[in-house]
Amino acid sequence: MKKKDIGLAVLIIIVGLIVYMRNPLFLSPINMANTANLIGLFGLFAIGQGFVIMTGGIDLSVGSVIALLGVLFVDMVGTFGVPWPAAIAITLVLGVLIGLAHGILITRYKMQPFVVTLCGLLIYRGVARGYTAESTAGFPFGASYPQLEWLTIGRSFGVPHSFIAMLIIAVIMWVVLHKSVFGRHLHAVGKNEEAARFSGIRTGRVITLAYVISAVLAAIAAIYFAMFTKSVQPSSHGNFYELYAIAAAVLGGFSLRGGEGSIVGVVLGAVLIQELQNLVNLLGIPSSLNFGVMGTVILIGVLADEQFSAYRSRKRSARAFEEKSKEASALTEPVGSGTEAEA
Amino acid sequence: MSEYQELDLQLNGISKLYPGVVALDDVSLRVQAGEVLGLLGENGAGKSTLMKVLGGIVAPTEGSITIDGESHDQLTVIESQAAGIAFVHQELNVFDNLDVTANIFIGREKTHRGSHIVDSKSMYQTVQPLLDRVGARFRPTTLVAELSLAEQQLLEIAKALSTDARVVIMDEPTSSLTLSETKVLLKVIADLKAQGIAVIFISHRLSEVEECVDRAVVLRDGKLVGHLDKAEVNHDNMIRMMIGRNLKSLYTPPASSVGDAVLSLRNVRTEANPASTASLDVYSGEILGVAGLIGAGRTELAQAIFGVGGKLGGDVFVDGRQLNTTTPAEAIKAGLYLVPEDRKHAGLVLDFDIAENVTMASLHDYAKNGIVSRSRQLATAESQRVDLAIKTADVRCAANEMSGGNQQKVVLAKWLSMNPRIIIFDEPTRGIDVGAKSEIYRLMRILADRGVGVMMISSDMEEVIGVSDRIIVMKDGQFTGALQRPDFSEHNILTLAVGRALEGV
Repeated sequence: MKKKDIGLAVLIIIVGLIVYMRNPLFLSPINMANTANLIGLFGLFAIGQGFVIMTGGIDLSVGSVIALLGVLFVDMVGTFGVPWPAAIAITLVLGVLIGLAHGILITRYKMQPFVVTLCGLLIYRGVARGYTAESTAGFPFGASYPQLEWLTIGRSFGVPHSFIAMLIIAVIMWVVLHKSVFGRHLHAVGKNEEAARFSGIRTGRVITLAYVISAVLAAIAAIYFAMFTKSVQPSSHGNFYELYAIAAAVLGGFSLRGGEGSIVGVVLGAVLIQELQNLVNLLGIPSSLNFGVMGTVILIGVLADEQFSAYRSRKRSARAFEEKSKEASALTEPVGSGTEAEA
Repeated sequence: MSEYQELDLQLNGISKLYPGVVALDDVSLRVQAGEVLGLLGENGAGKSTLMKVLGGIVAPTEGSITIDGESHDQLTVIESQAAGIAFVHQELNVFDNLDVTANIFIGREKTHRGSHIVDSKSMYQTVQPLLDRVGARFRPTTLVAELSLAEQQLLEIAKALSTDARVVIMDEPTSSLTLSETKVLLKVIADLKAQGIAVIFISHRLSEVEECVDRAVVLRDGKLVGHLDKAEVNHDNMIRMMIGRNLKSLYTPPASSVGDAVLSLRNVRTEANPASTASLDVYSGEILGVAGLIGAGRTELAQAIFGVGGKLGGDVFVDGRQLNTTTPAEAIKAGLYLVPEDRKHAGLVLDFDIAENVTMASLHDYAKNGIVSRSRQLATAESQRVDLAIKTADVRCAANEMSGGNQQKVVLAKWLSMNPRIIIFDEPTRGIDVGAKSEIYRLMRILADRGVGVMMISSDMEEVIGVSDRIIVMKDGQFTGALQRPDFSEHNILTLAVGRALEGV
């Protein structure tokens, strides 16, 4: 774990303690399970967002992808009777196609990530609303899919499966980001795309793959959200979720300039955000202040982090200056060759 | 390293023509295993182009490259790498978010058999001996962000070695190193040589060249003009070969004698050279040429004075009053203006029209209650267009539709429309054609004759010698000497620029 991650974990524990002292319900099994479920749901696509941010890009389409694919999934299973494993497969393939489209527009056609995914945000939401004619997509009354439900909204030992799914995916993505060749190249591309290209890295492929990962994880999240809410209201389902994901990544130490970030960080970021939501509920703060609390905490957290790293780099350059001055003062005494600079 | 094939690298009659410029002219050169070859030349002599030809980045117009007996009309980057040619760049291309090992193997990662998972253990084991070979004290797992510039340089060399390099080209490798770091690097070069690797060492620091090379070749105006054996490599020979043109005089003497100091620097330190201080007076009515080799810290000094950043300490006075150097607004208020080196980014807003560009720095003067008067902008721009003979039909043309020389005049017009006390020109005629150059020189002289102090940073010898009333020479962020007109010569400037004392001046 990096220093940043440890700092974030400590913050989560401190906030947790404060909330617990004010309201012991915080650690009740029901609250813990509910919160874990939300962490799982939001963590899934926040991890994907992390990959995109790693490239220096951004994926604004996540919330709309969750709405569109959620509508389609519910309709496939509920209305058309598609067997649920096939419906999952189709949803994932759609996720891949959406990610590919984003990646290709950005790398091959040199469009800006913000523009491409903003258009995605509008288009997918529009298609979802048009497809359902603004009506809510839901499962038929009394229908039940025991295996699918076990997989998505079931619990083992009280732990929601959405949370477990998120953990499994986090482990896989940790290996991908931190241990694989692709992850290494992603770090390089995000930091210095030009130098990465000159090192023989196929930067276009690396970036495209990051968008595919984001869209596929959003597709998985879409299935979990659809099963969790049981019905999908196309105009409001998943609204602003991309912002939760970006916030989690930024809190977790990702730099929007690219090249910096860790999976542990983004997961902890998702945890902190849900903890803050929970805090608002448990401490009786009006829920209208929800976004306000979240924004303030993120702002302070990122500001503190920036100040800290600026302080460290100042200290480093001061050290370098001292070294040089020492050498320069040694030079004023005649010490043989190499002193002609003083002439 | 007996498993390597003994290197035999030859450049045969390489020429490179750019539109209007001969960058390389019939250069032939041979590099052999286990030798350190010094490559010398003034700014713009063609050293970088020659190395780009070797690296496969630039294709020669004529000539061929023979590697191990095989002749190529041009190299690709991949062929160059496969032949064992490696670069240690002046501007380092490292990924500071990755560790040392990841940087060395970037794009060539080792993986566990049959997977895409990075085999860190085996990479770390491979890297340690490479770090030992270059005498690096950092570890394979150190994050590159924590390395000093010198250590990053060693990292680049280790990376070159990891590709089984047979020739390592070092372009000004010591320019940002301290003396002790330089010593380490020179020792590494000696070790590479002992291992049978050829090193091409490009440097302006003649004492280092003297210390480490086996022989040296000198480029001047794209031609290979000389060859020095080990015994002949000394400062005098090197300087003599690097210069040797007959310069046309462009000089117009000032109309009256110089006045008081308009700009005074006292012990100014910049981030580029934190351990050096610069002190200087520029007098009203003079054109002061600031000479020096590329990387001497002249641009950084100008920017620090102007308040765009990088100043660590020292005092700046304009007309005897101390200048607050935290923002350019203060400098502009005091009448200190900068005509920057990078005209297209720092000097102009290319998409704006001429009138907007000319009035940009003094827009408040054209506004009433915050509303800008377009007609007054146009009137000022029009009068400047006439005064400076800016070649354009209309001051409502966008700046990017003009030639370089006319663009530079627009930058000048911006400052002339105000009330200049001192103008710093940074490489004022780079990329400008001959006719426009003499126009710019004429304008500088007019300015000086109006009592403005003119400070001209230039790497063009002809320009510095031909235009200046006085020349001051910089090296590593400090001034190494000043020259009056009778002492102007390329030899004297170069001698000071490489940090040696003049005899009898």
